[in-house]
Amino acid sequence: MEQLNAWFTRLLADNEIFTAQTIGYYAHGLANTAQLVLLSLLIGLMLAVPLAIGRSSSRPWVKWPIFLYTYVFRGTPLLIQLYIIYYGVVFVDGIQDTWLWLILEKPFYPALIAFTLNTAAYTTEIFRGAIKATPKGEIEAARAYGMSQAKMLRRIVLPSAFRRALPAYGNEVIFMLHASAIASVVTIMDLTGAARFVYARFYAPFDAFLFVAAIYLCLTFGILYLFRYLEKRLLAHLKPQT
Amino acid sequence: MKKLLTVSLLSAAVLAGTAQARDYDTVRFGVDVPYEPMEYRLPNGDLTGFDIELGNALCDEIGIDCTWTVQGWDGIIPGLLARKYDAIMSSMTINDQRRKQVLFSDPYFTPPSAWFAPADSKITVPSKQTLEGKTIGVQRGTLQDNYATDMFGDVADINRYSTADDMVLDMDAGRLDIVFLDFPVGKSTLLDSNDGDYKIVGKMISEPKKYFGDGFGIAFRKRDKELAEKFDAALDTLKENGTYDKLYKKYFETKQ
Repeated sequence: MEQLNAWFTRLLADNEIFTAQTIGYYAHGLANTAQLVLLSLLIGLMLAVPLAIGRSSSRPWVKWPIFLYTYVFRGTPLLIQLYIIYYGVVFVDGIQDTWLWLILEKPFYPALIAFTLNTAAYTTEIFRGAIKATPKGEIEAARAYGMSQAKMLRRIVLPSAFRRALPAYGNEVIFMLHASAIASVVTIMDLTGAARFVYARFYAPFDAFLFVAAIYLCLTFGILYLFRYLEKRLLAHLKPQT
Repeated sequence: MKKLLTVSLLSAAVLAGTAQARDYDTVRFGVDVPYEPMEYRLPNGDLTGFDIELGNALCDEIGIDCTWTVQGWDGIIPGLLARKYDAIMSSMTINDQRRKQVLFSDPYFTPPSAWFAPADSKITVPSKQTLEGKTIGVQRGTLQDNYATDMFGDVADINRYSTADDMVLDMDAGRLDIVFLDFPVGKSTLLDSNDGDYKIVGKMISEPKKYFGDGFGIAFRKRDKELAEKFDAALDTLKENGTYDKLYKKYFETKQ
């Protein structure tokens, strides 16, 4: 350990860029990015499940509003959504005097709202596809057992849909991590914000951005492995039997 | 044709380099306009601005005439070397790269930075105590960013913006307590275009050099050492007799 420490100190001794201060900025940025992405994915997931069920409903007054929502949020760039929620809302007269301003004043919540609504829209569509692809036989079997609509949804349709949605959802998680890089345009000091700060401070684009790219890469690896593990566990029954 | 031009320019440069220094009774200045408030045109077409007035005052002090030639920025040093004019006084920042080609006078001006806050702000003097827990806006990567980060980064939140427009928007929205900006930029975006919504807080800042640089210098051809020295001496005199301060006030005075 001490050797490692000495080696690390030597490694950092010769450069002006990666000082304790800038490493601190990156660490702070990592915390911000993780917080934003995890929270938005979590809330997005909770929103997406009921929305996906509604979206697969046959009632037009349930189905179409949800379709409109996913269409709008999937049809516009996340950057634009973020701009509207952060910069746009201030043009609503008198908003500073309402309780809404408590949420909208600092950049964190507007970014969280934009990310959540965006990922919820994508996740809704992923789950809807998975629900729609439920094998007919499973539904017929459930009906034959006399299950009610709700029970069938809870016991048969959703568990099987979640499994099918897993690989696509894993992609969405990775996309969300990468999409969070735009948080720095609304002054959040996320990973990319830290990299832009270091870049601007030392005029060293390679060092600043390669370093942050490596961090994103590590995070992506973590997510990949998590999902591979989940798929192994949950989709074991789909593996070819040997 | 192009080759011929290059060759003749080169030989002109060589000749200029070896020719004897001469006494000037008229100095021709090259200047790039507009760059308010340093150099710009009045509605009637006359050139004016801090550089122009200071340049004229310096010539008066030395006792020579001066004329002004407008030249685009990218050709302004080649124009000097090609003897289209004898000096450049056009908000040119002194740096080592330019020093290889031209001779600079002493710095005559460092563009100041200033703190701007909403008119009803209670902050009067920016310091660690008054800015504690406040949100400061700066443009990312500017010298103001570096200064504010080093001085107040540990006590205040610093919001960094890609453009001054985004920052002004957030200031209007009430998200920022105070911003630190290049003075001319802040003056045009916050003071002039808003009816008294904002004010300058504290003094203008152009020190220390570590953050704010060497400032602007007058550029001469390298062989015109004597001329540069005359201008340096004249600048000292103007600073002593108050002429410089008067000009500074005229262009950088703030309405409180």
